[in-house]
Amino acid sequence: MSSSALSKFSTILPPDRILSRPVELAAYESDGLTAFHTRPIAIVVPETTDEVIAIVRLCHELKLPFVARGSGTSLSGGSLPIAEGIVIALNRLNRIVRLDPAQRIVVVQPGVINTQVTVAAAPHGLHYAPDPSSQSICTIGGNVAFNSGGAHCLKYGMTSNHVLGIKAVLATGEVVEWGRGSRERIGPDWCGLFVGNEGLFGIALEITLQLLPRAECFHTVLAGYRTLEQAGDAVSAVIASGLLPGAIEIMDALALEAAKAAVHAEYPPGCEAVLIVELEGPREVVAIERERLDEILQASQPVGMRPARDADERMAIWKGRKSAFSAVGRLSPDFIVQDGVVPRCRLGEALRRIAEMSRETGIRVANVFHAGDGNLHPLILFDGREQGALQRAEALAGRILRMCVEMGGSITGEHGVGVEKRDFLGDMFSADEIDCMQRLRAAFDPLGIANPGKMFPGKEAPALSHVGLHPLEKAGVISRE
Amino acid sequence: MITPSSLTELRDAVLSAPRVIAVGAVTKPRLSAVEAVKISTRCLSGITEYEPGEFTFTALAGTPVKEIIAALAEKGQYLPFDPMLVEAGSTIGGVVASGLSGPGRFRYGGVRDFILGVRFVDGMGRLLRLGGKVVKNAAGFDVPKFLVGSLGRFGVIGEVTFKVFPKPETEITLELPFELKRLTGLASSRFEAAALDVLPGGEKMLVKLAGPGKALEVLAQEIGGNLVDNSIWSQIRETPWSFKTDITSDQVHEHKASHISCGGNVALSHDRPARGLTLRGEAPLWIGDRPRFAIESAVKQALDPQHRFPTLDD
Repeated sequence: MSSSALSKFSTILPPDRILSRPVELAAYESDGLTAFHTRPIAIVVPETTDEVIAIVRLCHELKLPFVARGSGTSLSGGSLPIAEGIVIALNRLNRIVRLDPAQRIVVVQPGVINTQVTVAAAPHGLHYAPDPSSQSICTIGGNVAFNSGGAHCLKYGMTSNHVLGIKAVLATGEVVEWGRGSRERIGPDWCGLFVGNEGLFGIALEITLQLLPRAECFHTVLAGYRTLEQAGDAVSAVIASGLLPGAIEIMDALALEAAKAAVHAEYPPGCEAVLIVELEGPREVVAIERERLDEILQASQPVGMRPARDADERMAIWKGRKSAFSAVGRLSPDFIVQDGVVPRCRLGEALRRIAEMSRETGIRVANVFHAGDGNLHPLILFDGREQGALQRAEALAGRILRMCVEMGGSITGEHGVGVEKRDFLGDMFSADEIDCMQRLRAAFDPLGIANPGKMFPGKEAPALSHVGLHPLEKAGVISRE
Repeated sequence: MITPSSLTELRDAVLSAPRVIAVGAVTKPRLSAVEAVKISTRCLSGITEYEPGEFTFTALAGTPVKEIIAALAEKGQYLPFDPMLVEAGSTIGGVVASGLSGPGRFRYGGVRDFILGVRFVDGMGRLLRLGGKVVKNAAGFDVPKFLVGSLGRFGVIGEVTFKVFPKPETEITLELPFELKRLTGLASSRFEAAALDVLPGGEKMLVKLAGPGKALEVLAQEIGGNLVDNSIWSQIRETPWSFKTDITSDQVHEHKASHISCGGNVALSHDRPARGLTLRGEAPLWIGDRPRFAIESAVKQALDPQHRFPTLDD
């Protein structure tokens, strides 16, 4: 950045909150998608919403690209910096502005960590439903930008379904406020359009979220099967029964091996796939529904079934499931994770085809996924020290994405398009449809300064390189899901 | 009135006149009471895809909601957002454009929370498919959600894809004396009520429970109040309300004459409120303040540069 531009930022922020030394910039080069890295010109660290507004307005004036960043856990390279732009780090906007237990709403700044919302709501018997696996570190601002999901989307939806209001600064510098805290609205759903914009519209400054009463009772069952297909059939049987579980998850043999190694999870002997189903609700309801669920699962010929008898056993089941991703790090020096969606009825077929591709290419693929909503998470294992291994893994990931689209699904269920999948947007949408979205983008950001190079195909590709696992991933703090 | 019978004809219809607006069964007449050539979706009707195992269906915009409810019921499923004016003939496209949900939206959300994808014609006459057909999708901007409540001012909806849920085995309804504390207490309680409304006059409130019958009996005992017939919900849904206002539960007392729905989040009324949307009658479309930002006209310009559709202020 020219010194005159830098000096303009110094009218907004003190010098210690404008980072431009190489050592300071290095920490922001990548996000959760560690294969990509770009060094930005500077990092600016606002502490108030007014500072964010002033920064965005200055970027607009200078035609300077910016990338908003929370904890940098995006798995699609959504918060990858731009070489000729700045990163606006929002972690210090981490205040819970207002929590109203009677109305069951909470107003938060974008840097608030996902789990902190539930922690704040818990004393009132409430919780915030969206639970991405990185929830102990990812921020609500990032969740809003990418419409993050989690294990409970089938019943309660994604981030967007819980956002009641947004105050945002758009890339034009305009400050907008949509939603008055009501669960209903009149007129077009502006909040709905804003959530999932991948940082291309502007920056959310204050987000009003709905809270739900915490379920009184859970019934979590783990069932082991000889084949992945049997586990898939059991999912179909559960769905056909009329039950609406809070979560339905599957792990395949390779993922089980990893979970065993990492957290000493125990699974029924002889099983090649594990299904986890969780019911939740008032205790009287769960008492009746669990009988039906247990009957259905018994009939699905599992090699073993383990209902959680108490909260600790439930936590153990989830720990095995949620650790599966970081655990895979023990099986392979590197991996990339995909996020495609297929119609649930075609899950078995999709998994068979992934297994075929894996055999054909000699690349190992572990599968851990949200079976209830057809959201696959194939983990493609490779060794980045091998010449061309990353590129071969990327090529396989691409084939899997195209298969998802062919089957009538989507290239992304919850990670977003970002940098990673922008070349696949055209597989899902026609030229006119992409043009329509680009026109919308231009309405919010006529200069193209808000997170350029994300979502839409056609920009010069940033550096793709092997840098290994994220340090927090190695520590098991975050996982790529 | 133009009556296209295919999506191609719908596209042609949009281009056939300088100013057009789509109408379904006109059950919320004020929303389309503007100077424009009407495009009726009457002949764009029918469920085009329904796979119960996917929890999704796709239907043309003019499909009567009643037909959809019947098809879902055959497979033990339902529309959790609880559409209004079903007996009056409301269409699924009209439900989306009006953004009107019924009392059942309390439990799992409104129209916006169940729409997955849409095919619509923009102001340049392009037939576009945005969103997806699977229950989970994060690719591209969420235009389907934006069209919920957009009143046909940004595009004409041709076909929609929705998420559905298995229908609970039993429903029961309790009537209790209204107190704000009781309302907010029940909304946060372990009971997971399916609906929570306050009747006009502000004296009585209704709680709907849904789930296995045996369990509901026990929950009902604990909640108390009088058991009333479930048909009261269809009376609420079928009432031709003139106004809708989005409120929060601390504003319930300001809307005593209104029917309060969704646990104190919506006021439906026959009398003109201080703020809200007019569904029928001669009043202006928007009553009171409507937030206005420059981005609104920029988005209008993006989707409908020639203003082939009326604006939100027409």
